[in-house]
Amino acid sequence: MSIMIEVHDLTKSFGPRTALAGVDLAVESGQFVTLVGPNGAGKTTLLRILATLTKPTSGAVRIAGLDSATAGEALRRRIGFLSHRTLLYDDLTAEQNLNFYARMYDLDDGPTRITDLLEQAGLAARRHDLVRTFSRGMQQRLSVARAVLHRPQVLLLDEPYTGLDPNAAQVLTDLLTKLAVEGCTILLTTHNLGRGLAVGKRVVVLSQGRIVYDEHRETIDPATFPETYRTLTAQSRLTFDV
Amino acid sequence: MNFFRKVCAIVAKDVAAELHTREMVSAMLVFAVLALFIFSFALDLRGAMARAAAPGVLWATVAFAGTLGLSRSLAREQQSGCIDGLMLAPVDRSAIFFGKAIGNLIFMAVVETVLLPLFSALFDAPLLQPEVLLVAVLGTVGYGAVGTLLAAIAVNTRAREVMLPVLLLPLAIPALIAAVQATGRLVEGGTLAEAGGWVRLLVVYDLVIVAVSMLTFGYVVEE
Repeated sequence: MSIMIEVHDLTKSFGPRTALAGVDLAVESGQFVTLVGPNGAGKTTLLRILATLTKPTSGAVRIAGLDSATAGEALRRRIGFLSHRTLLYDDLTAEQNLNFYARMYDLDDGPTRITDLLEQAGLAARRHDLVRTFSRGMQQRLSVARAVLHRPQVLLLDEPYTGLDPNAAQVLTDLLTKLAVEGCTILLTTHNLGRGLAVGKRVVVLSQGRIVYDEHRETIDPATFPETYRTLTAQSRLTFDV
Repeated sequence: MNFFRKVCAIVAKDVAAELHTREMVSAMLVFAVLALFIFSFALDLRGAMARAAAPGVLWATVAFAGTLGLSRSLAREQQSGCIDGLMLAPVDRSAIFFGKAIGNLIFMAVVETVLLPLFSALFDAPLLQPEVLLVAVLGTVGYGAVGTLLAAIAVNTRAREVMLPVLLLPLAIPALIAAVQATGRLVEGGTLAEAGGWVRLLVVYDLVIVAVSMLTFGYVVEE
């Protein structure tokens, strides 16, 4: 297997606060990796750097063999990004949103691809409706369609389950599983341990800007992992004396 | 060609969103028309006095109405993290600037199309002449370009509505003074050659601001 995502000695500081403190990570092509960690561990910062939305303070990032510092445009063509924010225009219809992004990614088969994705997302009947009239679950399904519209090799997912009800969460899981089977490399962040273990084939724990745990799913015992996780992230926990 | 296709896609997206909501143009238009009537009745000027005041009142109204639209235009990109969607696209950051700026210019032009005949009537000033329209275009391009850049800065601040005019008006002063002076010369019956110095200042301002905005927009919108 070739390496799709390479992160070497990555650091990111926001003024005096260090968000990432020397992260090294290699993700093989087609791998589904779950990145878990407490709030403020640096998960979102890491994903935003991988997506070229944030510049690192130091270190190197290569995706599909492309250096993010020098090949930003070519690299962005290979990335799909999904977060709890939809990145969709509320004042446009579902079809207009996807059509806009299809034009931004120079898709030759835009209309066909949009129709296909809207059907897969179960939104074909609502394609001419404004996004602001959609439920949270429908918006997130459309957001998945937006993220995979240009057939990215790498999908970066930042807390994509936030605000979804169990049914909508299951639909999202099914969609991600299908993408993983099709060979898409997926890096998903969550602070929900159960979900992290359920969907990923490899689990990485980030705490205080460092990777403190990295194991393949089959080697992890779901019964003992929560305690392991609590121990690894102990310094991040807050205590209240009441 | 690819660059221009991306610019056109951003402009078309902004126009489509505005056609659905009409909130930006309608807010600018209502503000501009109200300001026009307030100035007209408050100053209560006639004849030569009205014509002398018209350019200043016109450009003050355009500037304040434009600020409303510029603020809303970039706020729309912040909604649901859409600015990240733009930044993720495989496109030069300057294409995003041009797309947003041209969209803003279109909306300001729509407002000015309504405003100029009203101003002509209420201030008895011959504003509907090609030379004045040229000055209007040049002034709007400069104001819209610098406004788009500064709105991108202001939108990330907590007091975004307050911050934009505070940042924009000082930097737009050269364009506004040149536009007022050039419009004044033309309204008083002067030729374009007589207003030439002010028009040249507007052209230079537009070129400098567009160049600076194009080069710096990427740094402004990136974290």
